[in-house]
Amino acid sequence: MDLTSINPVLLVASLMVAATPILLAAIGELVVEKAGVLNLGVEGMMIIGAVSGFAIAVETGSPLLGFIAAAVGGALLSLLFVFLTQVALANQVASGLALTLFGLGFSALIGQSYVGIRPPATGQLNIPFLSELDVVGPILFSHDLVLYLSIAIVAAVWYMLKFTRAGLILRAVGENHDAAHALGYKVVRIRIMAIMFGGACAGLGGAYISLVRVPQWTEGMTAGIGWIALALVVFASWKPWRVLLGAYLFGGVTVVQLNLQAAGVAIPVEYLAMSPYLITIIVLVILSKDKSSAPASLGRIFHASH
Amino acid sequence: MTTPLLSLQGLTKAYPGVIANNNVSFDIGEGEVHALLGENGAGKSTLVKMIYGLVKPDSGQMLLKGEVFAPVEPRAARADGIAMVFQHFSLFDALNVAENIALGMEDPPDMRDLAAKIREVSENYGLPLDPYRTVGDLSAGERQRVEIIRCLLQDPKLLIMDEPTSVLTPQEVDILFETLLKLRSEGTSILYISHKLEEIRTLCDHATVLRLGENVGECTPADTTASEMAELMVGSELKTPERAAREMGEVALDISGLSVPSPSEFGTALRNVHLTVRKGEILGVGGVAGNGQDELLGVLSGETLTEADAVKMDGQPIGRLGPTERRRLGLLTAPEERLGHAAAPDMSLTENAMLTGSVREGLESRGFLKWGEAAAFAERIIEVFDVRTPGPENAARSLSGGNLQKFVVGREVLQRPEVLVINQPTWGVDASAASSIRQAILDLATGGAAVICISQDLDELMEISDSFAALNEGRLSAPRDASGLTVEEIGLMMGGAHGMEVAHV
Amino acid sequence: MIMLEKRPQPSRVWSMATPLVAVLATMFFGGLLFMVLGKNPVEAIKTIFYEPLFGEFAFYYRPQLLVKGAPLVLIAIGLSLGFKAGIWNIGAEGQYIVGALVGAGVGLAFYPLEAWYVFPLMVIGGAFGGWAWAMIPALLKVRFGTNEILVSLMLVYVAEQFLASMSLGLMKNPDGFGFPGSRNLNDYASANSWISQDTGMHWGVVAAFIAVIFSYILLNRHMLGFHIRLTGEAPRAAKFAGVNPKRLVVFVLGMSGALAGLAGLFEVAGPSGQISLNFNVGYGFTAIIVAFLGRLHPVGILLAGGLMALTYIGGEIAQSNLGLPASAIQVFQGMLLFFLLAVDILTNYRLRLSAGKVA
Repeated sequence: MDLTSINPVLLVASLMVAATPILLAAIGELVVEKAGVLNLGVEGMMIIGAVSGFAIAVETGSPLLGFIAAAVGGALLSLLFVFLTQVALANQVASGLALTLFGLGFSALIGQSYVGIRPPATGQLNIPFLSELDVVGPILFSHDLVLYLSIAIVAAVWYMLKFTRAGLILRAVGENHDAAHALGYKVVRIRIMAIMFGGACAGLGGAYISLVRVPQWTEGMTAGIGWIALALVVFASWKPWRVLLGAYLFGGVTVVQLNLQAAGVAIPVEYLAMSPYLITIIVLVILSKDKSSAPASLGRIFHASH
Repeated sequence: MTTPLLSLQGLTKAYPGVIANNNVSFDIGEGEVHALLGENGAGKSTLVKMIYGLVKPDSGQMLLKGEVFAPVEPRAARADGIAMVFQHFSLFDALNVAENIALGMEDPPDMRDLAAKIREVSENYGLPLDPYRTVGDLSAGERQRVEIIRCLLQDPKLLIMDEPTSVLTPQEVDILFETLLKLRSEGTSILYISHKLEEIRTLCDHATVLRLGENVGECTPADTTASEMAELMVGSELKTPERAAREMGEVALDISGLSVPSPSEFGTALRNVHLTVRKGEILGVGGVAGNGQDELLGVLSGETLTEADAVKMDGQPIGRLGPTERRRLGLLTAPEERLGHAAAPDMSLTENAMLTGSVREGLESRGFLKWGEAAAFAERIIEVFDVRTPGPENAARSLSGGNLQKFVVGREVLQRPEVLVINQPTWGVDASAASSIRQAILDLATGGAAVICISQDLDELMEISDSFAALNEGRLSAPRDASGLTVEEIGLMMGGAHGMEVAHV
Repeated sequence: MIMLEKRPQPSRVWSMATPLVAVLATMFFGGLLFMVLGKNPVEAIKTIFYEPLFGEFAFYYRPQLLVKGAPLVLIAIGLSLGFKAGIWNIGAEGQYIVGALVGAGVGLAFYPLEAWYVFPLMVIGGAFGGWAWAMIPALLKVRFGTNEILVSLMLVYVAEQFLASMSLGLMKNPDGFGFPGSRNLNDYASANSWISQDTGMHWGVVAAFIAVIFSYILLNRHMLGFHIRLTGEAPRAAKFAGVNPKRLVVFVLGMSGALAGLAGLFEVAGPSGQISLNFNVGYGFTAIIVAFLGRLHPVGILLAGGLMALTYIGGEIAQSNLGLPASAIQVFQGMLLFFLLAVDILTNYRLRLSAGKVA
C-alpha cells in the first residue's frame, strides 16, 4: 500500500471531473422538481445522453456536436415522460421507472456497434500562464468547457429561481399548481419546459461520462449515477449551490475510493466500490428529517378539470 | 339610464350531466355592490369563472361598459379591470406576501418597490400587512388580506369576492365591510357572492338569486326580508329541526390540559385544551377555519395520540388508543374533508362502509372481511339517509358532495355512537339535506349520546348546541351555555379581530 | 381537439382491456423497431410469441417458461403489495441477490452433508436474506422518513458488490481451479430446488403459485389487504380507519423483500445452480413491469409473468435465429410498460372530442 502515490492536486482536479455528470443531472432534476414534477427517469435520460453523445461525437469527430446531440437526446427521451405524466396523467413514479428501463434498453441497442471505440478527445482549456500555475492551474484552469458550463448552469439556475419572474412562476407552479392555474399560468406548459430542461441536462451529464470521464461506451455505464443525482436534490434541499457542494462531495468519495483501489489499500475492491452508494444512503438518512423545503405539489398529478 | 359596468346576457355553460348555468342575465352598475346569492351548487362559481376568464360560456355574451367582453384567460380579464378574491385562496404557502402578490400581477415592479406599495395600499384600506411574511404562517383573515391587496394593486373596476366572510370572525367581517364600502365610495363595483342573507342585507345594493343554474329573481336586499330571500334561494320553505327536551347524563368525554404540536407544517398546535361533554349534550365548537379544528378532531379520532389521561371517555384514559380501539368503545368521528379523509374516493361505498364500520357492525371476524354484510350496511346507510346513488358498488367520488356527506354522517350515526365528534356536518350540503343531518344529530343526543359538533357556521351551531366554545389559534374558550349568547360575545370568543391589526380608515 | 374528462368511477372494462391494448401496441411498435433493425417484423413477432409455445422446439422452450416466469411472478407479487400501498420498493434486484447469497450460504455451509432439512433451511435463509435487505429501507423510512425508492435502489449496487465479493472470496468453489463462482448446487442433492428438471418444475414455481393465492386472499378477503389498498388510495383515510402507516411499511417491504429473496434462493439452487459474478439478470427490474402489466392484481401478475417470460425466451430464439440483438428485447419490454402507463388513463378518464373550443 502506498498512499503517497495519491497526488492531492490531481485528486481535486479529478474529483471535479467525477462530479460533473452528477452535477449536471442533479441541477436539471432540481428545476424539474421545483416545477412540482418528480422524474425518476434521470438514469434513463443520462444513458441515452451517454450513447447519443458518444455516437455523434464518433461519427462527426466533433465532441461539441456530441454534447449537443446528448442534450437533444436526453430532452427527446424526457418527452416520453412528458407524454405519460402531463398528457396521459400517469403516475410519476411508475413513468420515471418506465423511462429508465426503456432508456437502458434503447441505449444498449444503439450502442452495440460502438463498444470498444475511443471517442475524439474533448478539448481542455489551456490558458497560457494560468493553466501552468502550480495547484491552481490544474484545479481551476485546465478542464474542458463542459465542466465550466455545468458550474455556469448552476449559477444561472440559482439566479433564475431567486431573482427572475420566470423563476418565481416556476416555483409557484411547483408549490400549488391549482392556485397557479387559477391565476392563469400554463401549468402544463411550464412543466413540460422544465422536464425537457432536466432531460437535456441529464443527457449532457451522460455524455460527460462517455466522452470525458471514462471515455468509451459500455452498456449500463451510468451505473446508478442518475439515482445518486436524484438523492442529491434531496440532500441539497432543492438549493442550487448545495447541489454543487453535494456533487463535489460525491465526486470526492468516488475519486478517493478509486485512488485507494489503485494504491492497493487492504480493503477489498468491492467494499470500496460500494462506498459511494452507502454514503448516499447515509446522507439521505441524515438529511431526510427536513422536508420543509420540498415543493408542495411534488409528484402530484395536475388535471385542470373546470 | 347609464350603461352598466358589466352586463351578462344569456350566459349558459353545461358540463357533462349538469347544466351549471342556464341563460343567466343581469347587470352590475358602476360603484354598485351587487350580491350573487344562491346555495352551494347553484352555479355561482361557474358564473364567476366565466367573468374571470377561467371558463368559456357555451353561449351568451358579456358586455363591459357596452363593449363585448370575452376574456380567454384570467390575464385578459385582469387587464380589463376584473379582479377576484377566491373562496379557497389561491395562495402559495411557501412564498412570502410580496411574491404571492407579484404572481397575481401582469407587470410587477421590483420587489422592494412592490413591498413599499403593498405597505401603502394595505394601510390605506385598513388592512395592514407585512410584505415579507411567509404566507403559510398567516391566519385565514390575513391570507384573505393578501388576496384583496393583490386585487387592489391592479386598480380594479370590478372586484369579485367569493364567500369572503366564511373564514372571518364577526369583528373581522366588520373590518372587511369598511374596506369594501370605501372601495365603493371610490367608484369600484363589487360582485359579492354569498349565501349569508344578513350580510347581504347590510352590504349590498342589489341582489341576483341563482337556483339550479338559473336566475330566479332579483331584489334590493335592504327592502327584502331574509326569509323572502331564503325562499327565493331554496325554492321551498325550510323546516327547522325539532329540539326535544332532554336530560343531561354523566360526563361522557373529558379532555384536560391537552397540548399537541401540529402534525403538519402549516397546521395549528392545540394549546391547553379543556372540555367536557355529558351524555345527551351537544357541544358546539365554533371558530374560523384553521384554528385547530382538524387537529382537535384528530386527537379525538385517535389519529393523533396524546398522553393517556389527556383524553378520557367515561372516566377511562383513552389518549393512547388508536382509531379502531376508540370505535370499539363507541367514540366515533366524522372528519371535515370527505374525499380522501372520511372516505376513499376511488373505493366503493361498500368498501367505505367497511372503512369505519368493521368493528361495531361486526364486518370482520379474525381479520377476514365479510363483504356481504358490509354491502348490507352500506345499503342501510343509503336508505336511511336518503343518499342518491344507484347502489353501494359505486365509487365514493361518483357521489355529489352533499350525498357523500350524508353517507359519511350516516355511517357514523348508524353505528350507535356513545360519543360522536363531527366536523362541518353540513358543509356543501343543500338546505334540506342539511336540516335532516342536523335532525339526525339532535335525535342522537336525545337518545343519550354525547355530541361534539365542530362548525364554522354559527347559525348552525346556535340551532343545535346546548353549549358553545370557540377555537382560536389552537386554544379553546371555556364552554358556555348556548342560549342567550350574543353575536358580539361569540365573536370575542372566536378571537375578536383575531389579533389582526386594525388601521382605521 | 381531444379533451380528457374524468369518469365518475374507474371503468372495469378498460381496467381489463388496457393490458391487452398495451401488448398490441407494443407488438406493433416493436415490429416497427425490428423493421428498422432490418428484420422481418412479422417473423420477429412470431418468433417471440409463437415459437416458444408451438414451434418445432416447443418441448424444450415450454419448461423454460416456468423457469423464467416463476421468479418474475414471485417478485412481482411482493412488489405489487407495496405499489398498491404507495410504497415503492424498486430494489428487488438487491433483495433477490442477498436472498440467493444467504440461502446458498446456508446450503454450502452444510456441504457435503445429505439431509432432508438442508433445503428447507436454505428456503428460510433465502427469505430471511431478502427480508433483512428490505428492512434497511423499511426501517430507515419508518425511523427517519428516508425515501425508500432511493435507498432500495442504492442497495442494489451494494448487493452487486457483495455478490462479486462472495463469488471471488468466501463462497468461491475450493475445487473450482480458481475460477470465480461457488460450487454448483445442482450437484448437491440436498440443496436442490428442482422437482423435475425436464418439465421446468422447481420449488420456485410452486412458491409462485402459492404467493398468487396468498396475495389474492390477502387483498380481497383480509383486513390487512384492505388496509394496504386503502393506504394507496387515500393515505389520510387509511390513518382515519386505524392503519398504522409505519407497521404497514415494515410489513409490505418485508414481505416483498422475502419474496424476492425466495426467488433468488430458488434460482441459485436450481436453474442457475451457483453464485457467480453474473448471477443476477435483472428479474428484479423486469418484475416491476410484470407488476404493472398485471395491474397489481395477483391473477393479472400470473398472466403477465408468463407473457414476460415468453418475451425472454422468444427473444433468445430471435437472437439466435434472426440475429436480433438482446437489447432489442429489453427495449421491447420497456415499451410494454410505457404503453401500459399511457393507455391506463382510459380507466379513469374518457376521451372526448370537442369542436375546437378551448376551455
